[in-house]
Amino acid sequence: MLSLLPVLPIVIPLLSGAISLLFWRSLWIQRWIGVGGTGLLLLSTLRLLSEVERTGILSVQIGGWAAPVGITIVADLFSAIMAVLAGIIGFCVAVYSWYGVDERRQSYGYFVFLHVLLMGVCGSFLTGDIFNMYVWFEVMLMASFVLVALGGTPMQMEGAFKYVTLNLVSSALFLAGIGILYGVVGTLNMADLSVKLAQTADPGLVTTLSMFFLIAFGIKAAMFPLFFWLPSSYHTPPPAVSAVFAGLLTKVGVYALIRVFTLIFVQDVVYTHNLILIMSGLTMLCGVLGAAAQFEFRRVLSFHIVSQIGYMTMGLGLNSRLSLTASVFYITHHIIVKTNLFLVSGVIQKMRGTGDLKKLGGLYKTHPSLSVLFLIPAMSLAGLPPLSGFFAKLGLVIAGLRLEQYCIVATALFVSLLTLFSMTKLWAEAFWKPRPDVAEGEDEPRSDDEPMCLTMILPILVLALITLTIGIGAETFFNLADRAAGQLMDPTEYIEAVMRTRS
Amino acid sequence: MNSLILHTASRLLHPLLLLYAVYLLFSGHNVPGGGFCAGLIGAASFALHTFAHDVPSARKLLRADPHTLIGTGLLFAMGSALLSAFRGQAFMTGLWGGFDLSGLGHVSVGTPVIFDTGVFLVVLGVTLLIIFTLSES
Repeated sequence: MLSLLPVLPIVIPLLSGAISLLFWRSLWIQRWIGVGGTGLLLLSTLRLLSEVERTGILSVQIGGWAAPVGITIVADLFSAIMAVLAGIIGFCVAVYSWYGVDERRQSYGYFVFLHVLLMGVCGSFLTGDIFNMYVWFEVMLMASFVLVALGGTPMQMEGAFKYVTLNLVSSALFLAGIGILYGVVGTLNMADLSVKLAQTADPGLVTTLSMFFLIAFGIKAAMFPLFFWLPSSYHTPPPAVSAVFAGLLTKVGVYALIRVFTLIFVQDVVYTHNLILIMSGLTMLCGVLGAAAQFEFRRVLSFHIVSQIGYMTMGLGLNSRLSLTASVFYITHHIIVKTNLFLVSGVIQKMRGTGDLKKLGGLYKTHPSLSVLFLIPAMSLAGLPPLSGFFAKLGLVIAGLRLEQYCIVATALFVSLLTLFSMTKLWAEAFWKPRPDVAEGEDEPRSDDEPMCLTMILPILVLALITLTIGIGAETFFNLADRAAGQLMDPTEYIEAVMRTRS
Repeated sequence: MNSLILHTASRLLHPLLLLYAVYLLFSGHNVPGGGFCAGLIGAASFALHTFAHDVPSARKLLRADPHTLIGTGLLFAMGSALLSAFRGQAFMTGLWGGFDLSGLGHVSVGTPVIFDTGVFLVVLGVTLLIIFTLSES
């Protein structure tokens, strides 16, 4: 069964999706499969991580066709960590969606597409073949196109249109890049590409080629200057969908960037990685300044995704073991925290019927426990100790200082301060200030708030606890990230695992 | 549409097209064909019926809900891929077995046929789902 372990995170969502289709008419069964399937996915990814941690990189040659001809599924520590995160988010969102997504959307196959989306995400993380990665990207995008447009309100269609257009451009660039790469090297297996490109006669051509991938993945990851599709589409679908998008989709882009720029395109590190570093700095700044101008809960959060992406790619741009460790740690922290913030925004929107900060207020008085649950991820995002975000930023800052990249470190710290300001704004507007529609001294009416339901609060609580655990037990997580970064910096083990023929 | 020619033609062509789809499905391993085009031709036969009569009668003729077809197809494909894993080989490895038909030669059967049947059902289901939804709206 060990040979099946790396493909299980792909097989389980597909089976869950297929079984959900058989019960198209019964929402009840689909919900249970949604929770059960994603729960199994989480368990399988945890087992995968523990196995990879214990025995080293796992690989499966699909259909018994040996690499580099066949498709290889590889799970190194970085992939396995990402797969576990996908499992956690999938499970929490599936539980949240039970009441968090309206019945009409559920009856149009919401859960089926959630499974397909998770399958695409896990496939992108685990594949060892660049063309196969393109296919998983398409699987994931296809499902996300449906999820973003499902329900069909005019605002959603506008957001979906921008989202689809930009992502199709990115896919076309990605595919063109793969085509030329295949023309130059004659292989698509990433490990094989790494070996063959290391001895290429024309490193200039390869660096040019790498720009295709930088732009394509940069669009997916919402990096500067190609991020504008994200804030204009993420706030339109139901909060549960925004949450899973915010947690996973852009991070697939970041994962792909880190994978190809540590394994394949390392010919001219001074040029490519410095370019990534500059783009990261600008991404942080643009995102956080954009957020300052917004007054809608989820739009503020969307702009913060952009700004946070800058931190993750900053670690890649610095290109040292410590900086990559910090990047991996940052991604882990960010996926949990960001999804959680979107889930909280969904609860607020369901309670008050709006996400407009000017109309919100007084939530601290009526729902103090929810306020605490908001405060944990919000302060973690801003980077206050002892929460997870603090250690993630600390790692990046130390890595930057060691390499004497003072400019980017200063930017990171400045943006961090602005993030704190932005989170304080959300806190002050939505929770602290009195409700705008209630006069001074009058009792707050509680009757018009919809009651909170347990299945929507539980995922938020679990994610908040994970954030606290990552913060308090930072050393354990940092060591794991460090080992993952070690495998990224020195790809020999990865290449060996792929090329090892095992039936 | 109420045309006698179309009615008669669809009644005659429907079984022929389905038979052709099954032929393509099974011959696809060695010659052009396979689950995908078999699914399209199978769907075409039901589409013809839809145009000659109407959607409810085509649904009745199909018996199964297109969603069920898609789900079953995916399970078939996954099942064929998982069989090899349970036999200790790599995921999706083709397994082959066979039997002798006395006087007619050897028949070899393998998991790729199951996979192709899955593809057939998915393509049939998806195409019909699109056609039915568009004709109903």
